[in-house]
Amino acid sequence: MAQFWREYRENWIATLALAVVVLIVAAALAAPLITPQDPYDLANLNLRDARRPPGFVGSGGYVHWLGTDAQGRDLFSAILYGLRISLQMGVAAGAVAFGLGTSLGIMAANIGGKIEQGIMRLVDLQLSFPAILLALVLVAVLGQGRVPLIIALVTAQYAYFARTAYGAATAERQKDYIEAARATPLPGRSIVLRHLLPNCMPPLIVVGTVQIANAISLEATLSFLGLGLPPTEPSLGMLIANGFQYMMSGRTWISVYPGIALILLIVAINIVGDQLRDQFNPRLRR
Amino acid sequence: MTAALLQVRDLRTHFETRAGTIKAVDGISFTLERGEILGLVGESGSGKSVTGFSLIGLLDAPGRIAGGSVMFRGQELVGLRQAEMRKLRGKRIAMIFQDPAATLNPVLTIGQQMAMAVQAHGGGGEGAALALAARSLVRVGIPDAAARLNAYPHEFSGGMRQRVAIAIALLHEPELIIADEPTTALDVSIQAQILAEMKTLAQESGTALIWISHDLAIVSSLADRVIVLYLGRIVEYGSVSDVLRAPLHPYTRGLLDSLPALAAPGQKLTQIPGSTPSPLNVPPGCPFAPRCSHATDLCRSEPPRVGDQRHGAFCHHPLSVAP
Amino acid sequence: MLGYIIQRLIQSAFVMLAMSALVFLGVYAIGNPIDVLISPDATQDIREATIRHYGLDQPLWRQYLAFLGRLLQGDLGRSFVLNIPVLHLVLSRLPATLELALTSVLIGAFIGIPLGIYAGYRPESPVSKAIMAASVLGFSVPTFWVGLILILTFAVNLDWLPAGDRGPTVEVFGVGWSFLTWEGLRFMALPALNLSLFKLAMLIRLSRAGTREIMLSDTVKFARAAGLTDFTILRRHVLRLISIPLVTVFGLEFGSTLAFAVVTETIFSWPGVGKLIIDSITSLDRPVMVGYLILVAFLFVTINLVVDLTYAVLDPRLRRGRRV
Repeated sequence: MAQFWREYRENWIATLALAVVVLIVAAALAAPLITPQDPYDLANLNLRDARRPPGFVGSGGYVHWLGTDAQGRDLFSAILYGLRISLQMGVAAGAVAFGLGTSLGIMAANIGGKIEQGIMRLVDLQLSFPAILLALVLVAVLGQGRVPLIIALVTAQYAYFARTAYGAATAERQKDYIEAARATPLPGRSIVLRHLLPNCMPPLIVVGTVQIANAISLEATLSFLGLGLPPTEPSLGMLIANGFQYMMSGRTWISVYPGIALILLIVAINIVGDQLRDQFNPRLRR
Repeated sequence: MTAALLQVRDLRTHFETRAGTIKAVDGISFTLERGEILGLVGESGSGKSVTGFSLIGLLDAPGRIAGGSVMFRGQELVGLRQAEMRKLRGKRIAMIFQDPAATLNPVLTIGQQMAMAVQAHGGGGEGAALALAARSLVRVGIPDAAARLNAYPHEFSGGMRQRVAIAIALLHEPELIIADEPTTALDVSIQAQILAEMKTLAQESGTALIWISHDLAIVSSLADRVIVLYLGRIVEYGSVSDVLRAPLHPYTRGLLDSLPALAAPGQKLTQIPGSTPSPLNVPPGCPFAPRCSHATDLCRSEPPRVGDQRHGAFCHHPLSVAP
Repeated sequence: MLGYIIQRLIQSAFVMLAMSALVFLGVYAIGNPIDVLISPDATQDIREATIRHYGLDQPLWRQYLAFLGRLLQGDLGRSFVLNIPVLHLVLSRLPATLELALTSVLIGAFIGIPLGIYAGYRPESPVSKAIMAASVLGFSVPTFWVGLILILTFAVNLDWLPAGDRGPTVEVFGVGWSFLTWEGLRFMALPALNLSLFKLAMLIRLSRAGTREIMLSDTVKFARAAGLTDFTILRRHVLRLISIPLVTVFGLEFGSTLAFAVVTETIFSWPGVGKLIIDSITSLDRPVMVGYLILVAFLFVTINLVVDLTYAVLDPRLRRGRRV
């Protein structure tokens, strides 16, 4: 572990990215403590403060460092609350997709036969179909809200986990130690839990990292298209969409700052994922 | 006195890795006359392939020539600009590799690949290039050569593919061909055929040949002279007959004793004890000392030297006295 | 080869069947089918007549067969909102999307592949590192955000290019095309660039990885030993070898480009099928949704088929009709 961390720190960009992720997550978690305003509390909003540029001192008596949006909301506060929602959705969807996909993949590898073929055919078919389209249709059919959105994100993403888990599990199964474990009178389930799963973890962690970033990006896209969460729970995508119409008139900050927050988060997670991939890949090790 | 075709002096090729510097070739010197066939023999890690790649300037990173001199037809190749080196490659010095399945491009026809090799050195139009290619295929004994130009590598057998590679090497009638274990991946019967053909081709065209192999038996059937390498250094050199008849170095003796093809009937095959040490950690004196039954304190502290004999060994205690 | 084509055609037909079943189940069975077929303000008589007409009192598998039957006749129903046949509506919007998607895939290929090959050929050079950093950005930054930035930069701040609508088109074979006039190209520039960035990043990464691997192969060493210049090696050997995996990705990416066109078309008000589906989702125009999905599935299957056949042409080892 210490060795892993030492290798990780050799790449300063990845280290910086990890720091950014930690910082953003911490800021999002602590949002109610560090923001000057609760952006969801309508009593706090004053239309006279609407669309003010960064640095403006509003009726609340504090500085809007990142300006305000069309409802007079402090953008800094709205961004941190929006990050909370984006992260919640991304992590929740990622976790469910991880559980579902990994179970399906390992099941397929373990059971074999018709079930294996059936599951993997479905997974491959889905992988060839663009995730965004699938999510779009599901949200359209199921309606708006957190649960439909998570279902849509999970449906769009579980196949990546299933493919990865299947690949890793089939490779692991052929190794001697699984054969050896089979020879001992352990039940099949405990072989899977104690031996197979831990050895499939490295690639799954990499996919998980990247998929959380993808889920956040996908959620933002759906929200931007007006198909995500209801307007009472503005995630980053919706903040950006709300600012879009003011962009042409030069009030760019309403869209740009939430966008920068979103991109920092996604790019940082992806860089961390890339570094993990390199470190887990034995072929690239010297 | 006319200059030799190739004169290698104190060649050093190093690989800088995280773990330290690997001296893959550590001060090798030899001379090659026109039309001569030289065998470079050693186990894997002895630096024989790296020597070949150093001569033709095709070292993979992080390898680099750290010192020494390679004079080819009176021209210094060490430090030569890549563009100048390229003009020599294929034209005056050619190379053949171990696995013909990996060297030929699977998605281009033989004709396309040969035409590219012709046109890399001028060579005129497509038609002239293909005609030259067909002639070269005929020379290496490929039947129906003109039609075979349109075939892809996977349509040839392993032996035929290696013949195609040889034909590509012969296109410009180079003065020197470096062959890096070109028969190792082939069946034994085809090996023998190709060895015989190579010998004839070399004699006919007056091409000098450096034949790299781990197999002393193959080299003995083909080469005029042989150099035995161990851990990037020469341990013994001389004419094939001298080295085989009266090896001077215990390592050469060990190699010969482990060869079924060269053993007398009823003779017991033996293995050299121990294993090759890490190239990162070469012993200070004679590199073979830790595995040598004749080794003394002198061997472990002082690198052996050799005089100016035709047959010599870098050994403090040679097995017999050189003539 | 012919046997292989026939085999792939049959496979494609099965995939198409599976897709239609999924779409049918997704939109007809999960949602209320009445909403799909008639607008909410229809009278009770019309409702019952429609239910009987479409056999909604029948069991699900019968309904599916009936749906399939209509599908084969090209009957996808009528749009509630526009009250014109869905097939006609979708087909009339399709050229705009195809044109946009194709342009962006071409931009991605013609810029991405050379950049990727260079980055793979000289992995340690600063230029390559910059290319790779840019590709990480292109890979992770959401399409809609890039679209906003493009509009902000080139349309609002610099005022160089238009950022909305399709602009003038030229009619050829009864279909309007943008790429035939300078003005049309100006209108297409930003949306096409927006849509291409993801492919660009992906093609850079793939061609870099492929090139790196091939440059270390014996094929390249042997070509170098024969005296070929690096440029010839890259152009003839490497390009040809990486083209095989690239064609696969290229085909799949063309499909996902059609999907991501949804986002780009919304931002740039580009009148293609992507904008149509978003509009139909917001106005609950379900027959249009179904029609769009069936059409996209059809395009997907067709593209996969073409990719597989191209594969066989590019790789002589596969030409015998068998797949390795």
